[in-house]
Amino acid sequence: MTANTTVRKAPVSGAGGGTQARPPRRRPASPVRRSGWTPWLYLLPALVLLGGLLVYPIYQLGLISFLEYTQAQVSGGEPTTFQGFGNYATLFRDSQFWQVLLATVLFAAACVLATLSVGCALAVLLTRIRALPRLALMMAALGAWATPAITGSTVWVFLFDPDFGPVNKVLGLGDFSWTYGRYSAFALVLLEVLWCSFPFVMVTVYAGIRAIPTEVLEAASLDGASQWRIWRSVMAPMLRPILIVVTIQSIIWDFKVFTQIYVMTNGGGIAGQNLVLNVYAYQKAFASSQYSLGSAIGVVMLVILLAVTLVYLRLVRRQGEEL
Amino acid sequence: MSTPTTRPRIRRPGRLAAEAAAFLIAAAVAFPLYWMVLSALKPAGEIQSTHARPWTLSPSLDSFRRVFEQQDFGRYFLNSLLVAGTVVLASALIAFLAATAVTRFRFRFRTTLLIMFLVAQMVPVEALTIPLFFLMRDFGQLNSLGSLILPHLAFSLPFAIWMLRGFVKAVPEALEEAAYIDGASRTRFLWQILFPLVFPGLVATSVFSFISTWNDFLFAKSFLISDTSQSTLPMALLVFFKPDENDWGGIMAASTVMTVPVLVFFVLVQRRLVSGLGGAVKD
Repeated sequence: MTANTTVRKAPVSGAGGGTQARPPRRRPASPVRRSGWTPWLYLLPALVLLGGLLVYPIYQLGLISFLEYTQAQVSGGEPTTFQGFGNYATLFRDSQFWQVLLATVLFAAACVLATLSVGCALAVLLTRIRALPRLALMMAALGAWATPAITGSTVWVFLFDPDFGPVNKVLGLGDFSWTYGRYSAFALVLLEVLWCSFPFVMVTVYAGIRAIPTEVLEAASLDGASQWRIWRSVMAPMLRPILIVVTIQSIIWDFKVFTQIYVMTNGGGIAGQNLVLNVYAYQKAFASSQYSLGSAIGVVMLVILLAVTLVYLRLVRRQGEEL
Repeated sequence: MSTPTTRPRIRRPGRLAAEAAAFLIAAAVAFPLYWMVLSALKPAGEIQSTHARPWTLSPSLDSFRRVFEQQDFGRYFLNSLLVAGTVVLASALIAFLAATAVTRFRFRFRTTLLIMFLVAQMVPVEALTIPLFFLMRDFGQLNSLGSLILPHLAFSLPFAIWMLRGFVKAVPEALEEAAYIDGASRTRFLWQILFPLVFPGLVATSVFSFISTWNDFLFAKSFLISDTSQSTLPMALLVFFKPDENDWGGIMAASTVMTVPVLVFFVLVQRRLVSGLGGAVKD
């Protein structure tokens, strides 16, 4: 596929490396690299760190979710007891959990949809304008991208502040409080998430579009295809690998939004109306010391994201990409 | 970057409208940052005024002064810098070695490892706060910067390795063989030939580890519970939030101080970032 090969070439220029034609890659290992322990030696620091700080904590997370683990056990006053699926049963019987789960899924879906559509639309827009406006948009987007989640959150809360914020003034909303209502609070957080995450989609998709040979687009346009049609039938299929990556990345990022919710709705909103799973788990564990319930929520999140990952791997594999 | 300067088919009257739209969107996207800096520079009376104006006639550094005096902000800033700097350097080196291993060698479990690195990127690290909290407690790392450095180092690795792979792969194998024929040892090839060639990729990768570490809020909030001298910037920022009486000038000044280093870093590596993403994305 032309798209694939062109996209593949991009990093060569980035690495500043050789331009000479590469000899065809030999499948069977050349003697140079049949080297026994050397690759493992190179991998050692990475594997030790990941084993100790990623794999082991995951195991621990699973373990704690099956135990009774509250403040008493943490301070060592009481022995831990095995609960089986007791914590999960408690969790699944709690109507708030289902409410939070639903809110998380819907909120993440809205964020992903908004981020992708805005990001792709602006990427296409970037290809149609001259250098100066492109630079302006690029710079503004990079600024939003670079802004730390926590400062982004504080700034957006301030912008929408009922007393001193400019947004209510301009929209004539008086002292309407965005964080008071459940949906308006979610909408406010969504806007902030969109603001700081569309640049990644835009820049990546734009880089992908630039790798499509111009002739293809010109041919389509000569044949009288509209802009939408070109996107739908030419660009989108050629950008498929890139679109899969940004979609999955967005799902993963938006599903575990923490800082924005925590800061903007002050820890989950009035009476927990704006909780998402991540914040919910945190509040359960660290605010009310129910570590095992928090861990069980963590496991639920892990399972959901693992399912997303498996779908992703299948999609990548089906394209016959070599790992 | 080689933009085809002539894109003849697209020269339509619609382009002016598109460019106007681009400027408008750019202004809207930049507005929150503008407002942040503006509010940080406004004198106290103007911020708490109900007639917010999009400019100020008497800029003052009072808010910044308040931030650096009242709180131990300079210290928090250095703490944040220390944590992020350590993570960036260490993760670049470790990821470089690992990426070399999985691209320049063929060995058993190579594909399995690659898939594991991919899956590891998807793990919601926030969910691991609880077990990590106990881990750090057992190692006596609570309230120390190590409790932030270690997890962030580990979590930045899978993505860094995955992204660097493309850059390492792009270095022709002929170069490696030539080096060996010329008598270079494997270590020499690794550090004196491969490393400089992959360096742009390392820079692009380091942006991501820098940002995720610099922005960290959850781990800092959970692990640095009592020793405020070890606080990092995000925690310090929250001090200015008071129920019903937020010191917006202080908050905006602190936010500005926290945002500027990332912005500088971004602008510096901006071009490499775009090409680096091309490299990561192709996989």
